[in-house]
Amino acid sequence: MTKTFKIVVLAKQVPDTRNVGKNAMKEDGTVNRAALPAIFNPEDMNALEQALRLKDAYPGSEVLLLTMGPGRAAEIIREGLFRGADGGILLTDRKFAGADTLATSYALSMAVKKIQPDIIIAGRQAIDGDTAQVGPQVAEKLNYPQVTYAEDIVGVKEGKIIIKRRLERGIEVVKTSMPVVITVHATAPACRPRNAKQLMRFKHARTKSEEQDNEHNSYLPTYTLDYLVIPEWGVNDIGGDEANYGLSGSPTKVKKIENIVFQAKESKRITSSEEDVDTLIKELISSHTIG
Amino acid sequence: MNNIIVYIETEDGKICDVSLELLTKARGLAKELACNVEALLIGHDVTKLKDEIALYGASKIHIADDKRLVNYLTLPHSSITISLFREEKPQIALFGATSIGRDLAPRVSSALNSGLTADCTSLEIGSHTDNKAGKEYQNLLYQIRPAFGGNIIATIINPDHRPQMATVREGVMKREPLNKAADCKLNIIDVSSVLSDTDFIVEIIERHMEERKIDIKGSSIIVAGGFGVGSKENFNLLFELAHVLGGEVGASRAAVDAGFADHARQIGQTGVTVRPKLYIAAGISGQIQHTAGMEQSAMIISINSDPLAPIHQLADYAIIGDLNEVVPRMIKSYKKNSK
Repeated sequence: MTKTFKIVVLAKQVPDTRNVGKNAMKEDGTVNRAALPAIFNPEDMNALEQALRLKDAYPGSEVLLLTMGPGRAAEIIREGLFRGADGGILLTDRKFAGADTLATSYALSMAVKKIQPDIIIAGRQAIDGDTAQVGPQVAEKLNYPQVTYAEDIVGVKEGKIIIKRRLERGIEVVKTSMPVVITVHATAPACRPRNAKQLMRFKHARTKSEEQDNEHNSYLPTYTLDYLVIPEWGVNDIGGDEANYGLSGSPTKVKKIENIVFQAKESKRITSSEEDVDTLIKELISSHTIG
Repeated sequence: MNNIIVYIETEDGKICDVSLELLTKARGLAKELACNVEALLIGHDVTKLKDEIALYGASKIHIADDKRLVNYLTLPHSSITISLFREEKPQIALFGATSIGRDLAPRVSSALNSGLTADCTSLEIGSHTDNKAGKEYQNLLYQIRPAFGGNIIATIINPDHRPQMATVREGVMKREPLNKAADCKLNIIDVSSVLSDTDFIVEIIERHMEERKIDIKGSSIIVAGGFGVGSKENFNLLFELAHVLGGEVGASRAAVDAGFADHARQIGQTGVTVRPKLYIAAGISGQIQHTAGMEQSAMIISINSDPLAPIHQLADYAIIGDLNEVVPRMIKSYKKNSK
């Protein structure tokens, strides 16, 4: 009997923080996502690759993407489908708005409960916050073990999953039972590119909301095939205590946001001429900074 | 009750620097709050470390010493920490932003439904007025950190949930022992009553730890290169300069990502934080992610051909020019003028 696994990849659409403009923040201190280019969070890509490798090793396994965000986050589900995922779910609801990592983890954990996967894989952290908190918090909410900083999911042996972890000072190989939450480190292999067959199959995949927005774009083919529907789940679909979602479920509050301004410090500009460099080095030697 | 608890991380039977830095910081915070600093020490054969912790000002150490705790494992450490926090109700809990602290703290915060802020660069005590709810808060922990790829600095607070939890990276806070150890009590945690078999569901089957070979943190002179260095070969120039000056070579994340330099050399928000006597930044633009890890250097020299590069504003001496010309000139000048 071949083993198969149901694998959920937690992914996030993130603002590309390398290209931040002036309107990036709203007055309440939360991110104005609309003003920024949005990308598939890089380490979540590494996580997707680990999931796809498991699927390669255990044919018949299923890889589902789960993301929480506004309607446009369906873009990253499509991206995942193009690269080999079997399906995806968009968690979207006004009631999720303003969530910190804890409220986000609560929503994700409720959705995971509904999906009932064997393995949950996420990137270690997202580039917009760099907190690395959501993975462990989802694990705790589900009362599953967590294995962070995975570099390679080696395989499954006698019902236990074996994972190689990358730590600051070396590596560690662990085994654990499933279900388990695994977070993947950037040193794990990069995600495979889009697959032409998957691209053809899923290029018209979309959510119901996107379908409604597109009603007047008659060039799109009719929306009849079930697998092209990206489900949208809200609070009503995943249940749970409403007080735990969004702003009210977030213990942390943003008190203040400051844009980065370098502190003005007396800075001496010099040229790269031999003379100037020589003068500087002499100064440094005489002040015992070097030498 | 309602004190500050610092999670003490150990490595090869020694206390990690970051934990001593946190104890030092916690002392300052505790003074403002008129409370005490306590430590949580989990491991095997770790009780001997109590004197060192007392020297950094802890008035009480909660110790979980058990041979099953010899290596860090998420679940037993979480169970012990959660159970202790439920009992002791600390107002603040601090962890190192290490691979251990960043694995443990979120799990603990989730179980306690308390707020957690990762990678704080500064911690302060302050007040807060919630205009909407018409509530006043005194003595909150301001958790200050760069966010959004380092483009903003955010001050985070947890008005209603305790403990207020934060992680802080190694090297960000100062480390200062007291002249005389604090009067310190021990609280021995009954490990077997807290832990169950399910806490050991994750087993370590292999571990290869290596000594940190590259010690950029301990170096008083650092020559760091960024993406502007252009190639791994060009980095040799920086190694040569570092060698003649008796320093080490560091790198920005962009240079490490491009494969120009080893990850162990990475300086900045996701690398190490350094405060050398002299920091030479070559081909580094000066993104906040990088400068967060070096801005406290005593002297900064920037070399960048772009006169508008932000690094020049941070520098004591800004050299506008091509590093491939400047660095050899520096080496030549140093050789000529030293001794």
